[in-house]
Amino acid sequence: MIIGEPPLPEGTPGIDAIAMTMRFGEFVALDNVELKVRPGSFHALLGENGAGKSTLVKCIMGYYHPTAGSILVGGREQAIANPKDAHALGLGMVYQHFTLVPAMTVAENLVLARDDVPAIVNWPREKKELEAFLARMPFKVPLNARVSDISAGERQKCEILKQLYLKRRFLILDEPTSVLTPAEADEVLGMLRNMVVAGELTILMITHKFREVMAFADDVTILRRGKLAGHGRVADLTPDDMARTMIGAEELTVQPARIGEVTATRLELSKLNALDDAGAVAVHDISLTVRGGEIVGIAGVSGNGQRQLVEVLSGQREAESGEIRVAGDLYHASREEMRQHKMSLLPEEPLKNACVGGMSVADNIAFREFDRAPFASGGWWLNRAAFRTEAERKIGLYKIKTRTPDTPIAALSGGNVQRAVLARELGGDVEVLIAANPCFGLDFAAVAQIHAEIMAARNRGAAVLLVSEDLDELLELSDRLMVIFHGELVYEARAGETNLTEIGRHMAGH
Amino acid sequence: MTTDVAEPVEAVAIAPAADPGFLQRYGGTIEYILIPGAALVGALGVFGIFVAMFGKNPLDLYFYMYQGAFGTWFSWQNTLTRAAPLILTALCTALPAQLGMVIIGGEGALLIGALSATSAALMLQWASPLAVQLAMACAGMAGGGLWIMLSGGLRQYRGVNETISSLLLVYIALAILNHLVEGPMRDPASLNKPSTREIGAANMIGSIPGTDIHWGLVFGIIAAIASYILIYHTVFGFAARVAGGNIRAAKIVGLGVGKLILTICFLAGASAGLAGMVEVAAVQGRTNANLAAGYGFTGILVAFLARQNPLAVIPVAILLGGISASGGLLQRRLDLPDASVLVLQGIIFLFVLASDALYGRIGFLKGKS
Repeated sequence: MIIGEPPLPEGTPGIDAIAMTMRFGEFVALDNVELKVRPGSFHALLGENGAGKSTLVKCIMGYYHPTAGSILVGGREQAIANPKDAHALGLGMVYQHFTLVPAMTVAENLVLARDDVPAIVNWPREKKELEAFLARMPFKVPLNARVSDISAGERQKCEILKQLYLKRRFLILDEPTSVLTPAEADEVLGMLRNMVVAGELTILMITHKFREVMAFADDVTILRRGKLAGHGRVADLTPDDMARTMIGAEELTVQPARIGEVTATRLELSKLNALDDAGAVAVHDISLTVRGGEIVGIAGVSGNGQRQLVEVLSGQREAESGEIRVAGDLYHASREEMRQHKMSLLPEEPLKNACVGGMSVADNIAFREFDRAPFASGGWWLNRAAFRTEAERKIGLYKIKTRTPDTPIAALSGGNVQRAVLARELGGDVEVLIAANPCFGLDFAAVAQIHAEIMAARNRGAAVLLVSEDLDELLELSDRLMVIFHGELVYEARAGETNLTEIGRHMAGH
Repeated sequence: MTTDVAEPVEAVAIAPAADPGFLQRYGGTIEYILIPGAALVGALGVFGIFVAMFGKNPLDLYFYMYQGAFGTWFSWQNTLTRAAPLILTALCTALPAQLGMVIIGGEGALLIGALSATSAALMLQWASPLAVQLAMACAGMAGGGLWIMLSGGLRQYRGVNETISSLLLVYIALAILNHLVEGPMRDPASLNKPSTREIGAANMIGSIPGTDIHWGLVFGIIAAIASYILIYHTVFGFAARVAGGNIRAAKIVGLGVGKLILTICFLAGASAGLAGMVEVAAVQGRTNANLAAGYGFTGILVAFLARQNPLAVIPVAILLGGISASGGLLQRRLDLPDASVLVLQGIIFLFVLASDALYGRIGFLKGKS
């Protein structure tokens, strides 16, 4: 321990962030924002992507140094120069994505996270201490299991346990439930809530989900475009109030009504099999058909083969066996076939799956058409002016927020990257659309727009296969619903004739 | 120790939203000049210390290096002659780099190119010089191209790491060359240094009029400019950049990645093969072990210093050509060992590779307020 370090406040501390301003160059990420988290409370921080939530908590954790403003921990002003200082004050953060080492056991991960790992670890003693620690905790995790073998829910519990093991008394959770099923999310947040009620912990949770705010939070602070948009007690507010405060005057895209006739079969999978990266069977004998003018939804807990299924359909993975037919023709995901059948693909994590981060927005929008007129003169020479004109048109049409068409797409927010992909994939005629978690991690405006576009494509007669881990999204959009479990389709129903409980049961394999 | 290390990545993702000023727009370009420049200066500094340990004055060293590289018309010609093959072999690394591949086997393609070109010339002794020269160029490019394409094919269809395979192919190429010049293709008259027969003085490509610089320099500059145009202005280059930037994105829009890899590897190898042809047709006049002079390996250094940009390859090749041209003068005036220029090249390579870590981290280029 460092000499001269401030003593830990008694009990669990509250945090006040006063007049926080953070500038990056000319861009103001935080403008005079105030945040007051009472000690022993569960506080939700709401806001759309880019509203400044992450910037604010990074200032609190010492990753950023605010341009102006001060932070009070337990009522005393603290200069938090780096994350180590924040840790010393008992502040801990749980990230959206896991920071555990998959190849190591839970116990090893916990010990590894300490600041004072001894050169030689006395494992029997550490294990005994860890067991004693776990006995006091509401969560149970298998200490000797390798992290790669445990479920997402258990991993998230490990992340939280790690913070508690490190004696953090104030936890910041950055969208902690985005990788969990609804049941897992409720379990984890419920346990944390109990610890808060018992006065052992204070929590600041960044989230998108109103349901979680309503069920677990005491107070809420809402940011909009770097400014404080509102705050209050959750008990006095409705989700509608919060949504309005978050979005401000922005109009959400209205989803078109479900119209049109179901036509002939467009997409047909028969006995499709595919392996995962480790060579295990991930997709097993999947057969399904999607007809024009309908949305077929596939539900399932993450890791049940839906990623590999989508990868096969989008040409990112070879099928082991089985066949895919589009409009009756065999399909191997070549450029000619995609073009002939007007295939569109909206993969999950578009920056990773469908864009080249270092290339410009205009280039990324042109990926499907760059080898044809007007983008290519004579079939080989790039016509830069056409790239620009088309990009400007689509940027306006799809409300993509970018400084210029030449900005690298990696500099855009997640919602705007997905809008750019949407513009590319749905900008022309669509006969078959395959979408995978198209709204993962996006803000309201983007979600509403993407849902509206998918519905519009369906209404124009496209066959839509929607693979999603968001049940609300599936129930809202699908005409037919299927459930994938361990790589097999185990359930099928018309959307109107089923419900959350029934689907949830099949997702869990019952 | 904490596991919070994942954090700075997110921090980077937020920062670029800012500041549309001068630095924002040109900061990247300035970086591409500043960082390799600084790496070069740093390497020269360390080399100065190395030389000082031999009891020589580093300032003399820098002076003679300048003299030997760019001080006189004679040294300029020497420099440019050495730059010519470097431009071509650098393209052998820079082109595949657009696809995200690291090919370091330009030396092998150069040797095979030289061998193919020599064979073509020896078989066509009855033809006119122009026909022989054209045949040599075609054979050299085809030989070198197929050689590197082998690496590309192994990577695409067998999952073999292209860096390792291209490097190992250098030694195979050298073995083939040695076998042929000491066996089937040996000129019985070459006693001390086994060589092939001469291609004939009439078939040599000669010098640019008014200079002692051979035409290889022109070939190199044309190849570099053509590569630049190919990568940045054609449909093919666009597809290559998509596949190089993100292979998953390339697949989702149905681009034939295998075809791209094989074509780019062929072009890369063809470029190094052309370097081999030039060395035979303009310098050596025959094939022997002299051709393995390390141009292929120095080309890797040129490509990395040029940040894999085909146009930047030209000035960088001239710079490194100058460094190697100054070797003779250093040896004569400072009495330094022959290999000291290689030491300098090694130091430069280390500095350039280490300087990679600096991109995006130079404070004043990020446009902070």
